[in-house]
Amino acid sequence: MRLTVRSIHFEVKIDNQQSSFMEHIAIIGNGISGITAARHIRKMSDKRITIISGETDYFFSRTALMYIYMGHMKFEHTQPYENWFWEKNRIDLKKGFVSKVNHETNTLEFVDGETLSYDKLIIAVGSKPNKFGWPGQDLDGVMGMYHKQDLENLEKHAPNNEICKRAVIVGGGLIGIELAEMLNSRGIPVTFLVREKSFWDAVLPAGESGMINRHIKNHHIDLRLGTNLKEILADDNGKVKGVVVQETGEIIDCNVVGLTPGVSPNVDFLKDSGIELGRGVKVNRFLETNIPNIYAIGDCAEQHEAIGLRRPIEAVWYTGRMMGETVAQTICGNRIEYKPGHWFNSAKFLDIEYQTYGWVFGRPQEYEEQFHWIHEDDTKCITVSYHKETSEFLGINTFGIRMRHEIFDRWLTEKRDVDYVIQHLPEANFDPEFFKHFEKDILNAFQKQKLINA
Amino acid sequence: MAVERNMALTGQPPKSLNTIQKIGVLVGMSGLLILVLAIFNINLPNKTAWLAISLIALIGGIITFSKGAYDKKLEGIKNDAVWFNSISSRGVLAWIAGVALTGFYIVLYFYAELLGLGQGADGTNTGLVGLFDPLSRLLSGNPASQWFVYGTLYTVAIISFGVKFIMKYKHNRYEQLRTISVMFFQTAFAFVIPELMARLNSDTFSLPYNDLKNMWPLNYYAFEQWRVDQFINAQTIGLFFLILAVLMVFVISPWLTYKYGKRWYCSWVCGCGGLAETAGDSFRQLSDKGIKAWKFERWMINSVLVFSVVMTVATISTYLGYDSTKYWFTKNTFLISVGAFLTIVFATVTYFKRDQLNNSAFKGAIGAFAITIGFLLLIAFVDLNQLKINASYFSFGLNTKKYAFDGALRSFYAFGIGSIFSGVIGTGFYPILGNRIWCRMGCPMAGIMGIQQRLFSKFRITTNGGQCISCGNCSTYCEQGIDVRAYAQKGENIVRSSCVGCGICSAVCPRGVLKLENDSLDGRINSNEILLGNDVDLMDYVNKK
Repeated sequence: MRLTVRSIHFEVKIDNQQSSFMEHIAIIGNGISGITAARHIRKMSDKRITIISGETDYFFSRTALMYIYMGHMKFEHTQPYENWFWEKNRIDLKKGFVSKVNHETNTLEFVDGETLSYDKLIIAVGSKPNKFGWPGQDLDGVMGMYHKQDLENLEKHAPNNEICKRAVIVGGGLIGIELAEMLNSRGIPVTFLVREKSFWDAVLPAGESGMINRHIKNHHIDLRLGTNLKEILADDNGKVKGVVVQETGEIIDCNVVGLTPGVSPNVDFLKDSGIELGRGVKVNRFLETNIPNIYAIGDCAEQHEAIGLRRPIEAVWYTGRMMGETVAQTICGNRIEYKPGHWFNSAKFLDIEYQTYGWVFGRPQEYEEQFHWIHEDDTKCITVSYHKETSEFLGINTFGIRMRHEIFDRWLTEKRDVDYVIQHLPEANFDPEFFKHFEKDILNAFQKQKLINA
Repeated sequence: MAVERNMALTGQPPKSLNTIQKIGVLVGMSGLLILVLAIFNINLPNKTAWLAISLIALIGGIITFSKGAYDKKLEGIKNDAVWFNSISSRGVLAWIAGVALTGFYIVLYFYAELLGLGQGADGTNTGLVGLFDPLSRLLSGNPASQWFVYGTLYTVAIISFGVKFIMKYKHNRYEQLRTISVMFFQTAFAFVIPELMARLNSDTFSLPYNDLKNMWPLNYYAFEQWRVDQFINAQTIGLFFLILAVLMVFVISPWLTYKYGKRWYCSWVCGCGGLAETAGDSFRQLSDKGIKAWKFERWMINSVLVFSVVMTVATISTYLGYDSTKYWFTKNTFLISVGAFLTIVFATVTYFKRDQLNNSAFKGAIGAFAITIGFLLLIAFVDLNQLKINASYFSFGLNTKKYAFDGALRSFYAFGIGSIFSGVIGTGFYPILGNRIWCRMGCPMAGIMGIQQRLFSKFRITTNGGQCISCGNCSTYCEQGIDVRAYAQKGENIVRSSCVGCGICSAVCPRGVLKLENDSLDGRINSNEILLGNDVDLMDYVNKK
């Protein structure tokens, strides 16, 4: 027994000695990017690591916030690692908001006046919800759906359909439809104002977007397409009581307004820091900022030049993870470029799952031909994109049918032509066993379309 | 966690119950009320009618409730408000249900006379057991026992909650088919066929109650002397069942587990699994996902497995010891063949699968093997009849008899594992510990198939490249407490001995990341962090560790 105690004591001593000369990596932000960076740095080195967050004590999956409100999960279920994980892996967690980065002295200043010095800094602060200066956008009962605090706010203002008789959501993107699903789960009537003439049609081709429009309405959500918000009205106590529609001047009574017109990098606190900013923190392909020893990853990082067809800022879960993996290599002495592979993504629109591999554009590019197949039950469809001249397969959107990432990644790398892909579609099916397959229907539809085109 | 307290207080489903659901509750409760009245010996004039009304009301009530819950909803995942509803989130209703169920099990196992067993004139049944006499006579020709009451209610629960589950997963054919399968196996194999077969019994011919699918070691009394004797005495048909029971353990089960994983049994056939997946579905999220629970699970289930093997060997070798002419084995040939079989299995596994066994699994395997062989030697060289054990030390004074060693093992197993663990805790604690606590922590059959599933099976849950967003739905709804997300977010396949292949992780995944599959053994366990989307060079570095 005594021996054990002594040996622990000994280890602690060594640890302290090490930390006095080990490089200190500070990471602002405990989202997927920052956490991935920390985990990989720990795997490869003994560096001292501190993760700073003002939002929560521990890493949680932001994409799962909706399920807490819906009662599918409790907050603790959204935390991918148990609480002992961090201490065991010697990753220090510090709660607080950074107010200033002083790169000349390598120190961080916190809102409460504390400071922390670092050797290398990773900025992984993520995004914040957009607001476009609508009158009344800061009233009580107006909220985005991004931070854990937004969820607490929603719980306060919309616990049930007696306190919240109606909610209005402004902005037809992925967060907007999630918020609609959340409120719907508690029986709160939702009016969904979407600026575009069809849901998410900047990204989704018309056939898919139309199917999602109908699916939203089937869930008894009051979807208003081509509709803008003019202003948010307050009652005598400064609480939301309704909104005014731009186009018609109609007043919609409501108790909650969800603003979900996208997100942008959460970088205001860096304004005068000397770190180069665009919309986000400007980084090169090595995820380095203009200041040596300061890196930026995840939603808040902005590439000087877009990589392939990707956008310079990608607020996507897995790109954050990949940037974390990449920057960890660089920091541990193996300086490598961020090289994301073929584009992919996924989402869920109420009950309909969506996956995409490669590029399918909402408004087809001039070189792009699209083949669209939709099932008669109106909950499944695919769109395959290929090159007009070469018939090279460019990408696929799939709704209500799960497909294999690995297969499409390979087909994209091999530059398969579209006929090959459609004929081999069964190989890519990822639906659970015994599910009905539609590859034959799809193949027939494809051949029919080819005949017509020919 | 401020938000959590917040949620617990205010988070609420839109309306707790709609009208159809209320009707369902009313109908179901009136069916239950009839049973309660019978327990209290209220004289019900026409038993056949009252029993029929009661069972139909129970089934009808549950199905009506389910129609109210799911009928008008679109196809999709129906987990709204699971953590707000009292019954499914360890609230007051859950504790009431848990206490009631536990109480029922204790009465059933230890105080059946309270249910009216043999309490009437000339030992006829009264009360609840008496109410079930007409149905029992209809099937087997005999009066009911407490086990018949239990079997009937068990089957009713699997059928009615099975219908509920099928409605809930109306978009998922895997879930529907396996539910139909457990409903069938419970009704036909565990209930109707054995009851009807009891009609064949006469003064000169008798077969034990034989649920064909209930295999050793889940069926821990499968090879006890009275059963084996009955089978042997029943000649051709009896021998057929006896040989089938052995083939199930050594040939059929290993073959099916190799091809499909242990799910072929646990989620498609088994009665315990059947109840867990139907009546227990509302409690699957309650399983503990912590690493401590996992460690406890591995010790617990493998200890029960060793216990069941030792107990069975002791039992068989005892009656072989004094009566070997009736059977084909002597005690020593039996013990030697068991020892040789276990040694070959152990040696094969530790040699060919050594790279898949981590240190603790290896140590555990050696420990379990050594203990088992030790007991075999003890049984071989010590006359177990000479070892007398006073049961009162092990049963809190409930049982004051003295047993010979093998009898003591058998009684303690039947009491501790058979009754308390699998029944009282395993099912009574559904609303508190989750629906698969027995299957996960206790079932020796699941233990054997689990080891095989981990090492020799084509089954795995495939992770779909880099699509995982770590949301946690899969882990939350895993009834076996597997932290599915821990694998999925690393792009790793899930190959875990405890997975019963219920398929719910795959169903609740919002991004289509998980798929239950049987595929080749190569690359089944990929421990690299292969996440697609990253440049290949980077993956080389990441995987180097």
